[in-house]
Amino acid sequence: MAKGIRIRAKTKGGVTTVKALMSHPMHTGLRKNKKTGKKIPAHFIQEVNCEHNGNAVMTALWGPAVSKNPYLSFKFKGGAKGDSIKVSWVDNKGQSATQESKIR
Amino acid sequence: MQRRTFLKGGLATGAVAVAVGAGLLTPQTVLAAWPKAAFEAKGDAAMKALFGTTATTASGDIKIKAPDIAENGAVVPVSVTTSIGSIESISLFASSNPSPLAASFNLGATAEGFVSTRIKVRKTGKVNAIVKAGGKMYSASKDVKVTIGGCGG
Amino acid sequence: MMKKIIITMTALGLVAGANMAAQAGPKEDLKKFKSYWTKKLPEGKTLDDYADGIYIYNQDLYDSWQAIEEFPPYELDIEAGEKEYNKPFKNGKTYASCFKNGGIGIAQNYPYWNAKQKKVKTFEGELNECRKKNGEKPLKWKKGKLAQLSAYLKDTARGKAINVVVPNDAGALAAYEDGKQFYFARRGQLNFSCAHCHFDAAGKYIRANILSAGYGQATNFPVYRSKWGGLGTMHRRYGGCNKQVRAKPFKAQKSEYTNLEYFHTYMSNGLKLNAPSNRQ
Repeated sequence: MAKGIRIRAKTKGGVTTVKALMSHPMHTGLRKNKKTGKKIPAHFIQEVNCEHNGNAVMTALWGPAVSKNPYLSFKFKGGAKGDSIKVSWVDNKGQSATQESKIR
Repeated sequence: MQRRTFLKGGLATGAVAVAVGAGLLTPQTVLAAWPKAAFEAKGDAAMKALFGTTATTASGDIKIKAPDIAENGAVVPVSVTTSIGSIESISLFASSNPSPLAASFNLGATAEGFVSTRIKVRKTGKVNAIVKAGGKMYSASKDVKVTIGGCGG
Repeated sequence: MMKKIIITMTALGLVAGANMAAQAGPKEDLKKFKSYWTKKLPEGKTLDDYADGIYIYNQDLYDSWQAIEEFPPYELDIEAGEKEYNKPFKNGKTYASCFKNGGIGIAQNYPYWNAKQKKVKTFEGELNECRKKNGEKPLKWKKGKLAQLSAYLKDTARGKAINVVVPNDAGALAAYEDGKQFYFARRGQLNFSCAHCHFDAAGKYIRANILSAGYGQATNFPVYRSKWGGLGTMHRRYGGCNKQVRAKPFKAQKSEYTNLEYFHTYMSNGLKLNAPSNRQ
């Protein structure tokens, strides 16, 4: 599947809640391919960076124990409708993805 | 007081994120921050590897929301909420996992004490949330039962 | 030891045989199903709640299910399905050209009986037919692009009441009967019928899983299963279920499963579509 990131950012009462859903297999490296019997190599997001109007708000450091097609939510004080929220990730294979969305 | 834009092993600036997106930074450069030893540590060593210490204070101000019984250990929704001030990070450990450290969230100056995600829990055991705030560490835990799949599993 | 369960159509008071006064058959059955399922409702729940599957039986599981449904992984599949839907075929036509209203908001009417072709037409069946008609290779039936396409289009019909029609036509009634027979017939080494688990034992545990009620099962396919780590179609699940009672599964979209889907979905008539859904 394509490296999609879906973002929902809403502000209410001075607090912005950001929710993100990312497309990623998050392989632990422990499971075997049923057909070949070989171990599926570890392939997982290691770092997720979240920015508000270009300023870093939160960094998530992940291991392979985060579920497939990972979900993330956090909150921060401030943020206004129309502000930019950017979510980027980098995985252990050096692949990356980024997505930008506006606060509603 | 200095703005906490750079935490140890912490936040990327806007420039870094742009550079990553443009492929200008290799994973090695950005992820010098990724705590490999902590994510690979087994059992009780995981906390020590991430924080350098295992000294925490149990806190009733850390609420862990997770199912009592996980319908599928591969996708367990977990939320942590806390109002402890000067919060720096929230980390999640699944004690029954081969490598307990599942995720660590480094929170910037404006971030609130709340994170939510979905993790893999190998079998019945404790999910521990460690909050680092004002240089100190606080903890809470929740038992999560993980059942074997039956006919539908 | 499991107590002897007598699940026969007659025990449930269902009308048997296509020779019965035509309309009476399926309509009578549906009335009897609804009355059966009303009697079996857990405390505080209504008939509509059966669309929630196993989650009507356990509040803790319901809560963690809702936590995932709040921003579910299948949203990525819906997005992929929409892309596929909008991508023209090599001949320039699109999927929309094969369906009423372009396929948007119509999935609640499937499956249906095509009197000319004398067969049950399923939604996924017609998606691949559309491809074939426009010179494209068919997609695999159980997962992947077809499931995503189905997910997108079914999502556009979310909330609409299932409305499967069994017309007063010998062929349609025979197909409905065939599906019904399948549902109540024992099969496999474990010698269970669908009804064994999903009628009498609905809400009970089998090892560590709760058994869902037959009523409401058809509302949420294609389904994103945590077990699969992805999306799958109804026929994928049929195959899996048959394998789990150690019966040889049938091929996806062949008459055994299309007739089963016809009966099975009819049995959920009136319940609102909630497809796709995240389930265990």
